[in-house]
Amino acid sequence: MDALIAQLQRQFRDYTISLYQQGFLDDQFTELKKLQDDGSPDFVAEVLTLFFEDCVKLISNMARALDKTTGAVDFSQVGASVHQLKGSSSSVGAKRVKALCVSFKEYCEAKNYEGCVRCLQQVDIEYKALKTKLQDMFNLEKQIIQAGGIVPQVDIN
Amino acid sequence: MSITCELSNLTSKKAKESRSGKKWLKKPLLFLILCGSLVILLVMFSWLGRSQKEETGSCNGEAKVLYRHQNVTRSEIHDLVSLFSDSDQVLSFECSKESRPGMWENYGITCSLNMRSEKQETRWIPWNLNPSGLAHSISSTSCICDNLEPSLQQPEKSENLEEGQEQGLSTYLRNAWWWCLILGVVVCHKIYVFHSKAPAKRKEKVHLQEPLAQKKQQQRAQTSSRGAGKWRKNILLLGILGGVSFSVWWFWDTNEEIIMKRRETLANMCDERARVLQDQFNVSLNHVHALSILVSTFHHGKTPSAIDQKTFEEYTERTNFERPLTSGVAYALKVPHSEREKFEKEHGWTIKKMETEDQTVVQDCVPENFDPAPIQDEYAPVIFAQETVSHIVSVDMMSGEEDRENILRARASGKGVLTSPFKLLKSNHLGVVLTFAVYDTSLLPDATEEQRVEATIGYLGASYDMPSLVEKLLHQLASKQTIAVDVYDTTNTSGLIKMYGSEIGDISEQHISSLDFGDPSRNHEMHCRFKHKLPIPWTAITPSILVLVITFLVGYIFNEAINRIATVEEDCQKMRELKARAEAADVAKSQFLATVSHEIRTPMNGVLGMLKMLMDTDLDAKQMDYAQTAHGSGKDLTSLINEVLDQAKIESGRLELENVPFDMRFILDNVSSLLSGKANEKGIELAVYVSSQVPDVVVGDPSRFRQIITNLVGNSIKFTQERGHIFISVHLADEVREPLIIEDAVLKQRLALGCSESGETVSGFPAVNAWGSWKNFKTCYSTENHNSDKIKLLVTVEDTGVGIPVDAQGRIFTPFMQADSSTSRTYGGTGIGLSISKRLVELMQGEMGFVSEPGIGSTFSFTVVFGKAETNTSITKLERFDLAIQEFQGLRALVIDNRNIRAEVTSYHLRRLGISADIVSSLRMACTSVSKLENLAMVLIDKDAWNKKDFSVLDELFTRSKVTFTRVPKIFLLATSATLTERSEMKSSGLIDEVVIKPLRMSVLICCLQETLVNGKKRQPNRKRRNLGHLLREKQILVVDDNLVNRRVAEGALKKYGAIVTCVESGKAALEMLKPPHNFDACFMDLQMPEMDGFEATRRVRDLEREINKKIASGEDSAEMFCKFSSWHVPILAMTADVIQATHEECMKCGMDGYVSKPFEEEVLYTAVARFFEPC
Repeated sequence: MDALIAQLQRQFRDYTISLYQQGFLDDQFTELKKLQDDGSPDFVAEVLTLFFEDCVKLISNMARALDKTTGAVDFSQVGASVHQLKGSSSSVGAKRVKALCVSFKEYCEAKNYEGCVRCLQQVDIEYKALKTKLQDMFNLEKQIIQAGGIVPQVDIN
Repeated sequence: MSITCELSNLTSKKAKESRSGKKWLKKPLLFLILCGSLVILLVMFSWLGRSQKEETGSCNGEAKVLYRHQNVTRSEIHDLVSLFSDSDQVLSFECSKESRPGMWENYGITCSLNMRSEKQETRWIPWNLNPSGLAHSISSTSCICDNLEPSLQQPEKSENLEEGQEQGLSTYLRNAWWWCLILGVVVCHKIYVFHSKAPAKRKEKVHLQEPLAQKKQQQRAQTSSRGAGKWRKNILLLGILGGVSFSVWWFWDTNEEIIMKRRETLANMCDERARVLQDQFNVSLNHVHALSILVSTFHHGKTPSAIDQKTFEEYTERTNFERPLTSGVAYALKVPHSEREKFEKEHGWTIKKMETEDQTVVQDCVPENFDPAPIQDEYAPVIFAQETVSHIVSVDMMSGEEDRENILRARASGKGVLTSPFKLLKSNHLGVVLTFAVYDTSLLPDATEEQRVEATIGYLGASYDMPSLVEKLLHQLASKQTIAVDVYDTTNTSGLIKMYGSEIGDISEQHISSLDFGDPSRNHEMHCRFKHKLPIPWTAITPSILVLVITFLVGYIFNEAINRIATVEEDCQKMRELKARAEAADVAKSQFLATVSHEIRTPMNGVLGMLKMLMDTDLDAKQMDYAQTAHGSGKDLTSLINEVLDQAKIESGRLELENVPFDMRFILDNVSSLLSGKANEKGIELAVYVSSQVPDVVVGDPSRFRQIITNLVGNSIKFTQERGHIFISVHLADEVREPLIIEDAVLKQRLALGCSESGETVSGFPAVNAWGSWKNFKTCYSTENHNSDKIKLLVTVEDTGVGIPVDAQGRIFTPFMQADSSTSRTYGGTGIGLSISKRLVELMQGEMGFVSEPGIGSTFSFTVVFGKAETNTSITKLERFDLAIQEFQGLRALVIDNRNIRAEVTSYHLRRLGISADIVSSLRMACTSVSKLENLAMVLIDKDAWNKKDFSVLDELFTRSKVTFTRVPKIFLLATSATLTERSEMKSSGLIDEVVIKPLRMSVLICCLQETLVNGKKRQPNRKRRNLGHLLREKQILVVDDNLVNRRVAEGALKKYGAIVTCVESGKAALEMLKPPHNFDACFMDLQMPEMDGFEATRRVRDLEREINKKIASGEDSAEMFCKFSSWHVPILAMTADVIQATHEECMKCGMDGYVSKPFEEEVLYTAVARFFEPC
């Protein structure tokens, strides 16, 4: 049992580190995790859920705004949404999404339709990837807890 | 005069106006004045000359004539009297003499009578030789003259009238011309002045307007000025044309006048001559007439005859002067043929025939040679003759063709009759013979021709020698040289007979006067002309040429002036254009600078952020080093950009200083802690000292103050190498002013240093005395600004650096100028910092100076004026220390330091904590002064004074006294730099409780003291976090963010520190929540939100609060209603991912209290929040 736990814990640690190393997450996520304590046990999950919901909403908004068939492209609306997304992603520490948002915003300000569309697609891919990764991580966490272990603190540095 | 007056006025005015360097205008003006006065003189002169001429022109000739007349008549009378003096008829002449006064009265009356009636009168006068008759004759002659006068004057008058009109016109024109000239000058001047003023006005206007409008206006101005130039040229051309035509007209006019005058003079002279000739002739005629009467009376009337040839000869000879024109008179008797023989017998000679055929031998004709006269009906042999013509005695006058005709006419008419001119006998001159018939006395006045012929008894003839006659006459008259006179007999109109004259003279100008010699059947004329041709009329030429010259000169001057104006205007235009362009360029430069600086910062933040992120990634040592270098450079660049922005702001005067209360000691602590790293790296001791007289809280701009200090200290660190110290001290300016009553120990020592070179400094290295620069501060010593609510501080930053080269000291405050070009190579930096600092100091009404000695160091000093804070103003920032200070209050400490100043600095810092300190200079001294050791809470030993041997003695002392003292004093070692190993070594040795790293500052000191004194044990490393929790626990905090995720994160973070968090998602909602009264202790506000962003929301909140506060202050609403606060001000902190300075500034501007970067970082959050919350 202990061996399983230890293995799971190591797997969890490696996985988390890999997430950081691959640039999916950054320090903010660590900070976020630090905020989670006994008073709010599901804080990170809650925030992340909010974030992903936000992502879905914003991306569909942007997709609608960038849809040429409905009429002229409303770059300002896209920009606002990107800004929102950027803020959210930086708050949760979703590094890649945030970086994408930065360039997305630039395209948007330059009213570069192609760039925007490309970015939108990438953001869509990216947040989904992050979602699966984090899902995996939470699954691991759950497994550890189920196994009776403690989720280890992962020191990135 | 008035003209000159006006001119001079004008010049003075002009001079005033054109004093500003328009000298070129003065010269022509002077010339103009000269011309003007000259012209005025000329005009006046010509005027005078004219009037004089007119006066002289009046009839003086007449007067002369009259006088002569009078003379003549008088002499005539006298002659008569003398001739008849022995006879009894003298009586009647006496009578005539008596009546003479009456005669003159008569003259006055007869004047008015017309000439013809007078002439008729004269007809019978010869027949009645009575006194009144004589008078009449005289009056008649005078009347003739008098009548002539008006007749002469009349045309003259009319002419005068015309001329007068013409003259008036011409003088008017002339005057008008001058006035025009002057007016032209004035107008031109006005125009010039207007034009020179107008651009100024325009300039002013332009100044206020946009460059675009400016350009437009300029173009308009240009075209208008060009138009004006053309217009001026045209006017000038017109003026010159006018001047030329005027000059021509003047010449023509004057010339005409001269010619007219000449003609007039000629006429006058001619008439005068004619009159004189006529008068003389008439006088002679009268006399001959008288002679005839004489003959009739005395020859025929008496028997025997009273006259014989001898008497006649004698009489005529003696009265010859009365007939100046006659060459001789003769009396011929009428002898009919029947009486010839009797007559011949009686006289003893035969009647001879006049030899007329042979004129050539007339001269030497002897009457004896004449043939006896042929037989005729009657003869007229000469019986009496004047001596001059005695040769014609016995010659028959009837035998000469001319004479016979004459005689016949004379006796028929009873008047004097003239022959046509013919060559006289003997003299061979042209002459005329005047013949009077002598009648029987019984003839009636109205006798018929036959009766007259019947009554004729003889003939009296007088020959006139015309040339000599005229010659003689002319001799008597003045100016005979100038005119030539011809006299013609014009009886026969087809052939004029010239009686006198020459061919010389100017034939073009001729005046003809008619002569009346008393014979109506014969007409005579006098032709006069000037001998010389008309001289060149200089009087006409000179002024007109003068006018012409003046016109051209003035024209030239004006042309020059106009050209000059045009060029000046053009230049002005160009200048204005250039100025506008330069200004535009300047504006563009500033804008460019501001924009670029701003724009650079944004990507710089990106660069910095990315670098930071890069550094967070897995980098090897080399990569890390590169990244760090890049990051550092980027940071430098950002700060440089900020500095440039500052400089630009200061230059454009847009920098505004804050006025908020702040604690200067805190600021200094801040600076020293900020720079302590660098200082420690270099091993430089950094010390801060603030005089106890400096109040805790002052009102001013803390950030700018910090900027100045940071700058100076940063510079000092940069230029100080591996040794020495940097000492920041703050005093009141008043303290320095009165050196004798200095209480401050540090200041005292520093001033003492000024006296002796080897004084004490913080580190022991020599430093330049600040006194040198203090002395130069005017504000430091002036008492005028000694307001009670102002504090003047003197701040000194002393270092032991390389110093500033003497030759570079002058330009040290110039932007971008460093001591020399190698400085930036060696030390880096741009050299803008000092310039900004100086300007900031100047903005704070202070001044900055320095003294520096190469190799020793530099000391920068500056004064600043701050406001005094109100006594009840408390600064919140100290709150976290308050507790500690309370803890330390009343403790005693011993400072062991071999340097007095440093010891003073240490004791200053202890004093701030409420700890009183004694100072001893060495450990040994400390051992001896045991009295000071009582009740010591701590001993602070400088590392320089550290000595293990001595300390062991002291330590022993303390341990021994352990019994007596309640506690052993803690031992602190003050070190400039100490490695961790050193520190742990020291501590582990058990001798020392703690090592304090200098620079000393409140926070550090408190930490150390708390750790050692109060707890006695080391604090947890997460002390700060606990502190943050402390701060935020139970606080009501409002988070405003439109982003749900952000909101949640912020909420989570704040909740973690124990705060009670409320979230809203828009500015509007926040406004609603923050409407007083509310319970929020703070608000975190996102900046970028839809609808109402953070700035706007904050502004609104502040407005709301201000309103409420006002109401509370005025007592409208009771303070209780709004709970606990007497004034509302909820701290609002901006949440921003943006770290740009400008954003921060904007935050402050709209009333925010601070900012935290997003996502929350603990430390940042702590420092931001610590300002507002007291630890619970």
